[in-house]
Amino acid sequence: MIVYILCFILFLVGLYGIITRRNLIKIVISLSIMEFSVFLFLVLIGYIDSGVAPIVDPGNPTEKYVDPLPQAMVLTAIVIGLATTAMLLAIAIRLYRKYKTFDIREINNLRG
Amino acid sequence: MKGMSIIVKKIAQLISGFIFLYGIYIIIHGHLTPGGGFAGGAIIAGAYILNILAFGSDAVNLRNKEKGSSLSESLAIFIVLMLAIFALFIGSRVFLSNYLPKGQLGEIISAGVIPLYNIFIGIEVAAAIITIFLALIIFKEETKR
Amino acid sequence: MNSLIPIFVIVPLATAFLIMILGRIINGFQKTVTPLILLFLTILSFYFLINNNSNSFVYSIGGWEPIENVPIAIYFVMDGFSLILLSIISLIGFLASIYSISYISKFTSENNFYSLLCLMITGMNGVVLSGDLFNLFVFLEISVISSYALVAFGTQKEELEASFKYQVLGGIASFIILFAIGLIYWRTKTLNIADASIFLSSGNSNTFDLFIQILLITGFGLKAAMMPFHAWLPDAHSSAPSPISAMLSGVLIKAAGIYVIIRLFFNMFVASEEISILLTTLGTISMVIGVLLAIGQWDIKRLLAYHSISQMGYVVLGIGIGLIIIARDGKPSIAALAIAGGLFHMVNHAVFKGLLFLNAGAIEHRINTRNLKEMGGLSKEMPVTSGTSFVASMAISGIPPFNGFFSKLIIIIAAIQARFYLLAFLAVFVSIITLASFMKFQRYAFFNKTEHSNKSTLKEVPFPMVFSMILMGILCLLFSLLAFPGIREQILGPAIEVLTNTDQYVKSITGI
Repeated sequence: MIVYILCFILFLVGLYGIITRRNLIKIVISLSIMEFSVFLFLVLIGYIDSGVAPIVDPGNPTEKYVDPLPQAMVLTAIVIGLATTAMLLAIAIRLYRKYKTFDIREINNLRG
Repeated sequence: MKGMSIIVKKIAQLISGFIFLYGIYIIIHGHLTPGGGFAGGAIIAGAYILNILAFGSDAVNLRNKEKGSSLSESLAIFIVLMLAIFALFIGSRVFLSNYLPKGQLGEIISAGVIPLYNIFIGIEVAAAIITIFLALIIFKEETKR
Repeated sequence: MNSLIPIFVIVPLATAFLIMILGRIINGFQKTVTPLILLFLTILSFYFLINNNSNSFVYSIGGWEPIENVPIAIYFVMDGFSLILLSIISLIGFLASIYSISYISKFTSENNFYSLLCLMITGMNGVVLSGDLFNLFVFLEISVISSYALVAFGTQKEELEASFKYQVLGGIASFIILFAIGLIYWRTKTLNIADASIFLSSGNSNTFDLFIQILLITGFGLKAAMMPFHAWLPDAHSSAPSPISAMLSGVLIKAAGIYVIIRLFFNMFVASEEISILLTTLGTISMVIGVLLAIGQWDIKRLLAYHSISQMGYVVLGIGIGLIIIARDGKPSIAALAIAGGLFHMVNHAVFKGLLFLNAGAIEHRINTRNLKEMGGLSKEMPVTSGTSFVASMAISGIPPFNGFFSKLIIIIAAIQARFYLLAFLAVFVSIITLASFMKFQRYAFFNKTEHSNKSTLKEVPFPMVFSMILMGILCLLFSLLAFPGIREQILGPAIEVLTNTDQYVKSITGI
């Protein structure tokens, strides 16, 4: 049970980072921390003590397999995470070019 | 972008071929071992990026490379989609179904269409990561000037 | 009939990649093919909607049959409720893509624009059709990631900033949703919505379920910009190119936010009173505060974006009242009426808000400003824009012959019948403020006299833009037909049937 709670704490660490950091790149990193805490959680859901890789061999059946579905979910979610991070970094670099800074306190044209 | 020192260049030259081969290994064993299209593609892209970083390149050259990689990305993902659509006309006529013979468990050529998907997804992921890298680095080059 | 379902995902996806390949070689390929395929999808979805939307079709990808009554395939489910969303996605997408032909020509990379538009439509169609939670998430991400890129399409300061804000908040929402999906999988050992619904309705609910539901409301509420989570919407929707604003406000916040909330809370979870009251409260708050924030805006697109929050509040209000009645085992007819009001308003909002954003884009296209104070007297030079925006303004503020009036009326009647007099009063009150706000819009943009620097060159926008604006104006009138009993049962009836009758939805997928 303690590992699940640690996952949730890692999630909150990411959220804290997003709220308190002022640097665009650090915000992106905090988002990644949040993302990976969720992936960790998903992998842990499917984990079974002393389970083997879920390749069913009819000739040699084994009792315990780890759950393959969360692993597939995590792989898919990692691809999505790659796309999100790439988009965020591209926008951050373009913002740097326009404003000459990564500080979000100075990037505030939009208000209200 | 400038290249790095002679030590880095030589090491990159020696090692990138092996990384590339390892990526191909991961891709073609995707249906047997952990890994597959995405992981192998990322490794292949890593070999390529290592070369660009070590040897350096100018903006014009990078732009040409980006055109090529972005085109091959679109082509590869289009072929994946075509493989999936092809299933609508053959066998059980269901989208994304596995219409090739399954073969023996544990052989390289088995599991029907899955190795084909793996190969093309590997190409697409490698091309996509290279495109992202090139886009970011071209942008950096432009900003410097 | 069944085998046509994946077409809604395959065709726009293939087009997106084809544009990237062939668009470089063939000149004008992207401009012609996108409206054509969207027209095809529109016709197909309306054909389904009119002919047989009372039965639901299930398509299992890969042809995997259920094993011991446990569905293991990825399912596409097309029922009455999905079909309504599918039709408006394709319809607004078609009109927006026609509008883009002239609007987007001032930008450089048209290929990327149309490709991303197709990807966004793929994602939304996938969300609406998907029958299991994880694929829903994947399609959701496809649509929102392409919308991040489209918001930043102008690459000016404001657009980039809005896109970054949108991405950070959207990213938080996505991970909260993924976390909730993981929790649902942990609890039910399945990802299929129907299968999870069997599990959740058989066991007694506990606080863990409540936690999952609150996470889901937070996540999808962020995507749908309900009130405490609305911060990104005015920036993102006002910064995007106008046809994309129409898509974002018109369909994305519905397909990615409201649709999923409705689907999960009606068809998966057992209706509980706490959650339904929470939803209704959130809806009411966004309805009231959205319109109050809209009054003070002088930027047309920001004003419209705040009205989007307010109008989505109406939808959530209608749906929430329905859910409260179902949770309390009240009269099913009142619940059906409230849900009908919510769904009807959702369809109407897609049309009139899409039209208003297209009008704003037309004004911006000609006089290059979004500030209301710098406009004025446009009604002479731009008669079509002026006329259609008048129609849309009347529709959004609920003036009788137009569609907005009927849907608001149905929601208010349902609220009164369910004895929520305060909510009914607030709905009328917000409607009046909306009217005031749009009177301001009309007066300053079209009727006030202001001298323009480029008055001589000012003329009506090109034909493709005029075409889609007129068509949407006609739809504003046409959709009020949905309020009449015979047609309402035909179109909205099956959707309400799906939502109120969970057993039937479950049966159509698992066969139990």
